[in-house]
Amino acid sequence: MNFQFSDEAEALRDQARKFLTDKSGREKARAVMNDGASHDAVLWAEMVALGWTALRIPEEFGGLGLSILELCVLAEEIGRMVSPVPFTSSVLLATEVLIESGTDAQKAKWLPKLADGSAVGTVAFAEASLTPGRSKLKAVGGTLSGIKAPVADATIANFVIVATAEGLVLVEEGAGICVTPLETVDKVRSSSQLSFTNAPCTPLNGGLAAQEKAIQSAAVLLAFEGLGGADAAMEMAVSYAKERTAFGRHIGGYQAVKHRLADMYIKNQLARSHACYGAWALLTDAPELAEAAAGARLAALDAFAFAAEENVQLHGGIGYTWESDCQFYYRRARHITLLLGTKAPWADRLVRTLEQRNAPIAA
Amino acid sequence: MDFEDTPQEAEYRATVRAWIAESIKGIPTEDGSSRADAVTASKAWQKKKFDAGYVGITWPKAVGGQGGTAMQQIIFNQEEAKFNAPTEVYSIGLGMCIPTVFSHCQSPDIAARYVPVAMKGEEIWCQLFSEPSAGSDVAAVRTRAERDGDDWVINGQKVWTSGAHISDFGIVITRTDPNVPKHKGMTMFIIDMKAPGVEVRPIKQMGGSSEFNEVFFTDVRIADTHRLGEVGDGWKVSLTTLMHERLAVGGKPASTPGVKEMIALAKAIETETGNALEESHVRQKIADVYVADRGIALTRMRTISALSSGRTPGPENSISKVVVAKTMQEMGRFAVDLCEGAGMIDGHDLPHLGRFQSSYIGAAGLRIAGGTDEILRNIIAERVLGLPGEIRVDKDLPFNEVK
Repeated sequence: MNFQFSDEAEALRDQARKFLTDKSGREKARAVMNDGASHDAVLWAEMVALGWTALRIPEEFGGLGLSILELCVLAEEIGRMVSPVPFTSSVLLATEVLIESGTDAQKAKWLPKLADGSAVGTVAFAEASLTPGRSKLKAVGGTLSGIKAPVADATIANFVIVATAEGLVLVEEGAGICVTPLETVDKVRSSSQLSFTNAPCTPLNGGLAAQEKAIQSAAVLLAFEGLGGADAAMEMAVSYAKERTAFGRHIGGYQAVKHRLADMYIKNQLARSHACYGAWALLTDAPELAEAAAGARLAALDAFAFAAEENVQLHGGIGYTWESDCQFYYRRARHITLLLGTKAPWADRLVRTLEQRNAPIAA
Repeated sequence: MDFEDTPQEAEYRATVRAWIAESIKGIPTEDGSSRADAVTASKAWQKKKFDAGYVGITWPKAVGGQGGTAMQQIIFNQEEAKFNAPTEVYSIGLGMCIPTVFSHCQSPDIAARYVPVAMKGEEIWCQLFSEPSAGSDVAAVRTRAERDGDDWVINGQKVWTSGAHISDFGIVITRTDPNVPKHKGMTMFIIDMKAPGVEVRPIKQMGGSSEFNEVFFTDVRIADTHRLGEVGDGWKVSLTTLMHERLAVGGKPASTPGVKEMIALAKAIETETGNALEESHVRQKIADVYVADRGIALTRMRTISALSSGRTPGPENSISKVVVAKTMQEMGRFAVDLCEGAGMIDGHDLPHLGRFQSSYIGAAGLRIAGGTDEILRNIIAERVLGLPGEIRVDKDLPFNEVK
């Protein structure tokens, strides 16, 4: 049994953590939040230079052709630091979808640009209050009309991959798209409403099946991002509990505090195990992907919300200030949850896969 | 990543599986048999394992073990579980007591007397730690052991002693010096459960069965040769045992239902619009159970994967029992409540309802046995996250001055 990340992936993790701690930290997120900027262009350029945007892109398109495991590691590390870059939208989502389901022409046009950082992509999965995978939009005669929101990083994206009632389509920036920035719960990652009016579009391969797989893949990758956030929030809380004193003791010595921190650890470990299972399913193209993706997402959302909320709580008043970093995770947990579907629709997806499978759950 | 055995593991698994499939013929398996039958069946199975060299797989060869790897033990346990082999009566003796005996006994004669006989299954062992005033605070034991010539004389009481009523021997932790702080005045012994002055009274549990007991000692004599570790080192010796206990208690009991049974039950419950499985709150609860149960199984795979590749596993497996027990309780309550009035009726024919009812009752005990939820959270917080320990007001006081 080999249910752990490869040495190469772990080496990349060390490198990424060091880079993000040295170069980014959470001050970069704060700067973007306070300036109302779309992202940190300098940090993004450095990530491009490190090859992070090219990681998964096949060598024939100018990429590095590495495995999904390396990508999962980066998703987690970016999640830890709430890095203010379009990594999730462009690398985890748009690039992955293109590699998996793009037409030859779409790949030839966009993958080299995504690899060298000259283009940014995003995806528009969410639509009003519909559950993930549902859409009222239909491409007609090579054009798309309708509204998608919220769409992350749309103001800096050169193309967007849109989920519709019949599958994924790609729309390039230009005529027929109106991008309206939105104020949302997440003050670091910008989101917009996209309004399409006869916008020219080209379908990706695979129709609804490919769209469904894209959502499952996104669920696994966002689970890693959420897991990174959950671990970082837990570490903030643990470290504060070791230094803050009240009633003559470090607060981490009180069971009411330490038991909650233990619960964070428990939820984060469950989330890590499910996320790894999702990574395995993606890596091996396993038929268990639907189940593993739902499990990874549900476990990660639960862990992230708990760690983010209790991190504020354990900091007390200081945790509720604008200057505290606690709010980044508190807000990001909702962003990740609401971008791709909450617990109820994913529980429904999970139970559907379990109903279809009569085999007993392996112990 | 893969879930496959390495070639060596696959070979070992194939050998073990073939041996179990052949050898278990004629041995009653674990479901549905009475306690007396279970002991007979367990003894027969244990003898076969011993003869074939499948007992003490990871123990040193010097004590009669096989000197094998943790992976081999895991593989053997997995295969044995697939056949429902009767192993329960030895889990404490071979899982916790005998490793304590061979790690801490005073002479090779003692190891030679007890270890092989226990491995063959001819003698059953129990662990005598908890007392009425020493539960989570194990070091508060009051059972006295007083020196008398070459013997020690034991007086006092133990409680929650699993299997004492079927045991031949036990390891007992006693107070030998009440004038020093509690962790320093304890000593461990091997005790003959059939010796004069040992009285075992079964305790009827909330679930109706009697797996554990009260054990009373009245002037029980133990030869000093049967001491484990030095006088006053009982706490250190007990840590060997407790470490093994937390490895042994933690998995989900084999009879516990899970998401598959929840789905079957919910489907069978009619509602005004169809069946209960169609309701979102039911599906969300099933998802919660899946995240916990499957999450624990996957977490164990992370640990096994580390062992398989020769790495030291992380502390992740420490979450197991606390998650398993509470999930069992919440799932049991949810499933029973889902049945409305029928849920309270014993023997109702809704699918798996009886299993959910028993697992709900059993979960209340599992949350306490082998370390309560609270103690386990302390351990995670202090040993894994590095948070400050509890303030222990009695730590430096002589035991006889502790209130």
